[in-house]
Amino acid sequence: MVAPYLCIPEHMPVFHLTRREHFNAAHKLYNPAWTKEKNDEVFGKCANENWHGHNFELFVTVKGEPNPETGFVIDAKWLSQLIKTHVVDVLDHKNLNLDVPFMVGKMCSIENLVYEIWKQLEPRLPQEVKLHCVKLVETPRIFVEYFGE
Amino acid sequence: MNIFLSLLFIYTMGTRVSVFREEHFNAAHRLHNPAWDAQKNQEVFGKCNLPHYHGHNYELIVKVTGEIDPGTGYVMDMKVLSDIIQDEVLNRFDHKNLNEDVAEFKEMNPTAENIAVVIYNLLRPQINEQLDLQVRLYETPRNFVEYPVI
Repeated sequence: MVAPYLCIPEHMPVFHLTRREHFNAAHKLYNPAWTKEKNDEVFGKCANENWHGHNFELFVTVKGEPNPETGFVIDAKWLSQLIKTHVVDVLDHKNLNLDVPFMVGKMCSIENLVYEIWKQLEPRLPQEVKLHCVKLVETPRIFVEYFGE
Repeated sequence: MNIFLSLLFIYTMGTRVSVFREEHFNAAHRLHNPAWDAQKNQEVFGKCNLPHYHGHNYELIVKVTGEIDPGTGYVMDMKVLSDIIQDEVLNRFDHKNLNEDVAEFKEMNPTAENIAVVIYNLLRPQINEQLDLQVRLYETPRNFVEYPVI
């Protein structure tokens, strides 16, 4: 017998829960296999050898049914701590090309970065939830979303 | 000139208005005082002192205050203001490393405070001296500075 205040409907609805975090980092877009001229041509001012940087906003969305005892899809504080430990602490105030183990040898585009962030988080989530989307906002005008496809 | 416009000009004559132009640039920097040892730099500036730089999306708001010009109805032509900011600030700072690429910060720590003062000093000579100028610089959505203090 379940107490009425737990409010379990017959069909459990599915929710998306999003945690928003931020980090500030330097990077450059530069393909070492190309000449400087080709890098300048393709990446423009983003290829500046001395780096530039951004305030990145990260949105991590998980999908699941709420736990009947807590009403939570996931404990948002726990999710925040997971993101902090495996992503934000690794990226914040860092040089994405030089300081981040999971970006070594990869082009430092936000597409690649969001894919690597997904790989850091997805295996560490509890079974009850699925990682639905990782969205990374590089500037107020540019962002990418990855859905695990 | 028709009577309506004449009255309008008389109505706004001597009226002071502030106009604002918002621009943005993305740059890398680090906070470091070369007169201090590594330990003191780390202690004071924390992760902002990390050696390989970090970066920000800087948002710049330039405020120009003055009387409405009776001829144009403007305090200042915003396209002209935008071009001045582009030439004096964005071309120097955007997608740059402030410590390495900007002459003013070779000897000066590129804190938001110092960047705002440098921007003001770059813009001031380009803007009519009858107009007051103030800059507000957002380093992050949560940290911003203003100069000069009015």
